[in-house]
Amino acid sequence: MKIFEYLFMFLVFPGFIFSSTIGLLAGWVDRKLTARVQWRVGPPWYQNFVDVIKLLFYKETLIPVNVSKPIFLGMPLLSLASATIVSTILLVISRFPQAGFLGDLIVVIYLLMIPAIALMLGAFASENPLASLGASREMKLMLAYELPFIISVLVPVIKCGYAIKVGDIITYQSLHGHIIAGASGVISFIVMLLCVQAKLGFAPFDMPEAETEIMAGSYIEYSGKALGVFKLSKAILLFVLPVLMIILYFGGIGFDVETFIKNVAGYLAILAAIVVIKNTNPRVRIDQAVRFFWGPVTALAIISAVLAYFGY
Amino acid sequence: MGLKEKILTKSLYVFHLSSGSCNNCDIEILDCLTPRYDLERFGIVLVGSVKHADALLCTGSTNRLCVPRIKKLYEMMPKPGFVIAWGACGSSRGVFKDSYNTGSPLDEIIPVDLYIPGCPPKPEAVIAGVKKLLDKVNAVKKK
Ligand code: SF4
Repeated sequence: MKIFEYLFMFLVFPGFIFSSTIGLLAGWVDRKLTARVQWRVGPPWYQNFVDVIKLLFYKETLIPVNVSKPIFLGMPLLSLASATIVSTILLVISRFPQAGFLGDLIVVIYLLMIPAIALMLGAFASENPLASLGASREMKLMLAYELPFIISVLVPVIKCGYAIKVGDIITYQSLHGHIIAGASGVISFIVMLLCVQAKLGFAPFDMPEAETEIMAGSYIEYSGKALGVFKLSKAILLFVLPVLMIILYFGGIGFDVETFIKNVAGYLAILAAIVVIKNTNPRVRIDQAVRFFWGPVTALAIISAVLAYFGY
Repeated sequence: MGLKEKILTKSLYVFHLSSGSCNNCDIEILDCLTPRYDLERFGIVLVGSVKHADALLCTGSTNRLCVPRIKKLYEMMPKPGFVIAWGACGSSRGVFKDSYNTGSPLDEIIPVDLYIPGCPPKPEAVIAGVKKLLDKVNAVKKK
């Protein structure tokens, strides 16, 4: 019966259905806020659901000639599956901190990389020159932001006594106060916010899918179901990445009323910060992004790790 | 109206195809997305790739070089998809009717679902036109 329990966790709650619903709602918050910033009205709340259902059920899926079908169609599924696993792991562990295994934080970091890699492989498989251009930008961007991202994850790890279990980090914070309270916490939180911005592919780091230069970039050959699945996995990432930040810096998701309200407020605040950054910054060139992430951002991350080592 | 029609009419991704317009129509399309008209509130967005599109928005006088490309793009659009002929040029070649380089009007090349007249059409005309298109989708269902 264990297997049914796991399947339920993965597919319904807190896995696929739950996290994609929240993710699509968060996507609406993004679109609505963007519209309000631009002094428009914006779409109704169900818009993203309608878009995804339309793509998944009512549109034709075109497959270009000569592409490798398993890669072209498998990559969206791989991306969706890894995003879903991350959300399942994180939410289950914040409910039962002892449910994790040694090194699950590392697994989470790896799994969070997979959607970008899947998108890249799918784009290369589609044999479209613009898609290849988008994918090569995606690759460079990934090399750029992974380094500061991993260093900034080190800060909670160091502060919690070298714990690489998500559960230990949560337990430590409930006993000794939140990571964000220290100087190192604040600095690495800012670093991680920037990396999350790039991981989500939002402006100013949206050059892999720059609409004005390379059309839809990596997504250009995708249509119908495959595109819908990619959109879903993006929506889940929009839910999961802020949740990871809440777990690492604000002591995890609480399930009593007071912490739950605090968590929702924290989530909305992080989301709003991301959307405002997205709307107030123009797209940078890829070389500028790499220089930005490997220069000042990595320096900040290292400073915060050193501060954490000395206990600040 | 069934669920399918509801979904298809609530979310319309538009691909903009310019086949030799005087650029005025293209500017007018952007007007529809500005704060004053804001077509995104009806779920209408411009997309960059024709493979994401639900509607092909054709402006311009369909000159000879563009004809094969229009056909190709129409075939690349995932079905069900609509074709919108935008402006006097898109509907009937407009003032360029007797020019040496205009081939045939758009509706002799690909099937057109909606004509939006004007030179260029006003955004209000666009909203009225989209309303007609949605009615047409629902009428197909009733038949
Ligand atoms: S319809 Fe008028 S405005 Fe539009 S492309 Fe033709 S001439 Fe230009």
